[in-house]
Amino acid sequence: MLDNISLRVKPGKTLALIGPSGCGKSTLLRIVMGLIFPDSGKVQVGETEMSSETKLKLRHNMGYVIQKGGLFPHLTARENCSLAAKYLGWSEPGITARITELAELTKITLSQMDKLPSKLSGGQQQRIGLIRALMLDPEVILLDEPLGSIDPLVRHDLQTDLKRIFDTLKKTVLLVTHDLSEAAYLGDQIALMKDGEIEQLGDIHSFIQEPRSEFVTQFVTAHRSLIGKAGT
Amino acid sequence: MVLTGISCSVFARQPVQVGSKLFTESVILGDIATLLLEAEGFEVEFYDQLGGTQILWNALIEGEIDIYPDYTGTVTQEILGGVEFTTLEALNVLLNEFEVQATRPLGFNNTYALGMNKQIAGELGIEKISDLGRHPDLVFGVSNEFMERNDGWPGLSSAYGLEAMDVTGLDHDLAYRGLEAGNIDVIDIYSTDAEIEYYDLKVLEDDLNFFPTYLAVFLYRLDVDPGVVETITKLEGQISEEEIITMNASVKLNGENDSEVAARFLEAKFGIQAEVTVQNFWSRLWETTLGHLYLVSISLGLAILIAIPLGVLAVKIPAIESPVLGFVGVMQTIPSLALLVFMIPLLGIGSIPAMAALFLYSLLPIVRNTHAGIKNIEPSLMESARALGLPNQVILQKIELPLALPTILAGVKTSAVINIGTATLGALIGAGGYGQPILTGIRLDDTSLILEGAIPAALMALLVQFLFDRIELRISRT
Repeated sequence: MLDNISLRVKPGKTLALIGPSGCGKSTLLRIVMGLIFPDSGKVQVGETEMSSETKLKLRHNMGYVIQKGGLFPHLTARENCSLAAKYLGWSEPGITARITELAELTKITLSQMDKLPSKLSGGQQQRIGLIRALMLDPEVILLDEPLGSIDPLVRHDLQTDLKRIFDTLKKTVLLVTHDLSEAAYLGDQIALMKDGEIEQLGDIHSFIQEPRSEFVTQFVTAHRSLIGKAGT
Repeated sequence: MVLTGISCSVFARQPVQVGSKLFTESVILGDIATLLLEAEGFEVEFYDQLGGTQILWNALIEGEIDIYPDYTGTVTQEILGGVEFTTLEALNVLLNEFEVQATRPLGFNNTYALGMNKQIAGELGIEKISDLGRHPDLVFGVSNEFMERNDGWPGLSSAYGLEAMDVTGLDHDLAYRGLEAGNIDVIDIYSTDAEIEYYDLKVLEDDLNFFPTYLAVFLYRLDVDPGVVETITKLEGQISEEEIITMNASVKLNGENDSEVAARFLEAKFGIQAEVTVQNFWSRLWETTLGHLYLVSISLGLAILIAIPLGVLAVKIPAIESPVLGFVGVMQTIPSLALLVFMIPLLGIGSIPAMAALFLYSLLPIVRNTHAGIKNIEPSLMESARALGLPNQVILQKIELPLALPTILAGVKTSAVINIGTATLGALIGAGGYGQPILTGIRLDDTSLILEGAIPAALMALLVQFLFDRIELRISRT
């Protein structure tokens, strides 16, 4: 259930969608991807409006990463990543070159690229998922709790790498997470959602210093360790 | 040049299709006709043990076969629905309406009768059929066809007031064993059965003259080659009751090959050296194996080609989901024997109707598993596939079908195993395969012959199962 949501992500910026479970943040991402269509309202990517006619084309301009990677278990990492490029008629050398480039960027070795997802760790699977999303060099990247099931140490590394990659590639990113520190670290802006509506939109400082409601205060206080850092 | 032309026209003739019923005497008569026609230079295809009267009659009037042996009483009572037999000419007038004609009688009467163990009959004081009414605890075991026929149990029991008797239907050739074992007390017998003497049975007098006369004749189609009719009518009046009983005994009691017995008769009677090729065990096994593989591979292959798309459509088009699954489900509930027989009016006899029935029978496991295999793919994977901007066709090809493959294969395996077992029933409608020795084995009460069909069929099923298990193992690398 979403109600009257308007958001705008500036090119090259990262917006983190955050909120308790069931607040509608994943649904919002699916709507942006055109996987479901809203009863009213519209999604626009660049100049193009999302519709059943434009959705295939728009999806080629958007990378999508979900929890646990969403990798196809019957295909190797390389096959997973090259599916869409093959469909679009890329040459074999073109695909290989792109994968090599992205593997280096995401710290995946080429031998790992030839393994089935089940032979890779959770963190590696997420990196492969990211390569797949970046493959067509889309302008927009959507991530749905990408690090939700990764253990904390690996998650820390991945967060660092994600930030580096987004900054390097200048992607427009929409990130769904339930972790405020992750949102604060990766997001240029944070949108806190509650019951299908946006409770507050701004950077992490505005959340701590000017909470718009009791709910925002509670949400921020639940991540106590951040409060000290916010002052520095 | 001229000679070449002549020989071509001779060989271009359609083979003559001869049929016979399931019991030994009918098979021998079919053998005699077949060998005689072959001796006259005709090419003949012999469908032995094709089925009961209705199947043979329908095959004849549909043109599936050209000729088969039957009996006047059966024609008047069972085929024509109860007309009086006066003369053969009168009978042929009726038969001509079906484009069919009967030869003159071959020379013997094989009437129905009821038989009992002589000793038990003596103890109970049973001499004639009307005596049976006084012994309501007797158990009757009659042949399946007799159970249904106008001139069989329904008519007999009402003529003699035996409606209340305990009666079961069973295969005619098995009835003698049941009688011998004491499981049943009274059976229907054919008066030319060799077993009457062998088991020393009491033949009960038909004191109300219920049974008509059953003179053996050949029925043939009017459009058959005149030379065929000319050849077959040579048998008119040539087979005495004693001769047919002797031949029945040679096959059923001495275990001789029916073709050889028929050939011996032709040589003694007409001085014809008929060529009989009695296959040895291995060539017989090779032939039935090929026949069985033929039935299974084509029906299963077609089922795979149709069922997988059908299963996919059932997932993709919700409106047809329950109709499709319902249809293939209902197909599976039809008893396989019935499904085979339903095919005869549509497709005739032989391997085509058998493959059609096997095809329908093989659909359910494949359709259901394809449907389930695709439907059970994790939603997040489907979402990932769509998010890649792949059209539905590519998603189906690259993602859905490969992911559902293990489930689909399991369905194909189930279908194959069911198919191999069910295909043994194909022999009942002349389709050949491993059912052929089983059928003959039942007729001749020959266990080794039954096993000759049953064991290879079981081995083939196991082999197929093993092969599919290996394939499954290989693709389950994920």
